[in-house]
Amino acid sequence: MAFELPALPYDYGTLEPHVDSQTMLIHHTKHHQAYVNNLNAALDKFPELKDLGLIDINKVVGTDKVPGDVATTIRNNGGGHYNHTFFWKVMTNPSNTNGPSGAVKEAIEAAFGSVDEMKAKFNAAAAGRFGSGWAWLGVKEDGSLAITSTPNQDNPLMASLPDTTSMVPILGLDVWEHAYYLKYQNRRPEYIAAWWNVVNWEQVAVNFDAAKTGTVLL
Amino acid sequence: MALSMKIQASSLIAGQRRVRPMTGRRAVVIKAALELKAPPYALDALEPHMSKQTLEFHWGKHHRAYVDNMNKQIAGTPLDGKSLEEVVLASWNGGSPTPVFNNAAQVWNHTFFWESMKPNGGGAPTGKLAEAIARDFGSFDKFKEEFKAAGLTQFGSGWAWLNADNSGKLSLSKTPNAVTPVVEGKTPILTVDVWEHAYYIDVQNRRPDYLTTFIEKLINWDVVAERYAAAQK
Repeated sequence: MAFELPALPYDYGTLEPHVDSQTMLIHHTKHHQAYVNNLNAALDKFPELKDLGLIDINKVVGTDKVPGDVATTIRNNGGGHYNHTFFWKVMTNPSNTNGPSGAVKEAIEAAFGSVDEMKAKFNAAAAGRFGSGWAWLGVKEDGSLAITSTPNQDNPLMASLPDTTSMVPILGLDVWEHAYYLKYQNRRPEYIAAWWNVVNWEQVAVNFDAAKTGTVLL
Repeated sequence: MALSMKIQASSLIAGQRRVRPMTGRRAVVIKAALELKAPPYALDALEPHMSKQTLEFHWGKHHRAYVDNMNKQIAGTPLDGKSLEEVVLASWNGGSPTPVFNNAAQVWNHTFFWESMKPNGGGAPTGKLAEAIARDFGSFDKFKEEFKAAGLTQFGSGWAWLNADNSGKLSLSKTPNAVTPVVEGKTPILTVDVWEHAYYIDVQNRRPDYLTTFIEKLINWDVVAERYAAAQK
């Protein structure tokens, strides 16, 4: 069974004015679709890899479970497919979004002091990622929350990569220029600030509860 | 004031160099900051192949920010007052780049990129360069194909390059983010920027179309030929 482009959980215009509808359309139907297509093409010759499923495919990046000649393609496109599938779900209609509450809020305060201090660290990671990449809030193996950024389509599931902080992501932000250029051009910090208006804190809480048991949701 | 005159007189009499009065802070000598060089054409001159809006952001914001940030980073440090090339090589630091490198190299890369293009560019090279392309790639068409492929397969942000060694042999390379073949000991003669900011306003995700337009309509083959000749001196 081939991987498929998941539907967006909302309309292309739902995240306006913070993320514009033209960006959402191109981001979903062109960029994410290309990762799905390329991943399927690469996995065609490696059914055992395909059978692992998307999460485990990401987890084995950088190990010898991935044959050398497809290693880079799997890393880039398996990463791209997971990252974008995850990303659409941690965003929602701006009127829905309040802020973290309950267990995840307590965990954020325990790790960073306050929600605002967490956001400041996250913003710095997102703005400071030179070139293309992602910023992440996640649960580390010891159960604590941490913030990291990854280059290109890498993600914290790829624990075997040398520079990766191993985490189960609970929130992530795409800082590839394609994620913001049509509306924000060079003004990445403005995009990052606006994006907090569309964070789906309910999904973040669901991700957090699963991550505490070591489970990665998709 | 009597006191200061006495000091002046005594220092002159003693034949000593006038000493500046001590202040509370070490005086910082501001050397000339490195500048943002304008492209050798107006910002709308590459239309319709590369829009004025793209140049306004790409040169006016991105390239300008690299210059400003680099100058802030090197002010008052041993790199202050050095040439751009010296700053790039020093900050590369043998492969463990310092924070200055991303800015300095991007300043260099972008100037090199603007100068690789011209209005009514494209077409084909002639003379020794054309011969070398035919020899080292098989044909001009093959070169175009491979140069485009290099640009397409640089995943994420980066650059594709045509380089020449001092015997005139040509090679292609691609680099991520700010990396430049100069730090790899190579001599680039042509580059194309494949960071998304280079093409997103004009063609969005369609990097292949951007590369085709660059190759067919924008390359300044005269400049590339000059650089090719210079590489062999």
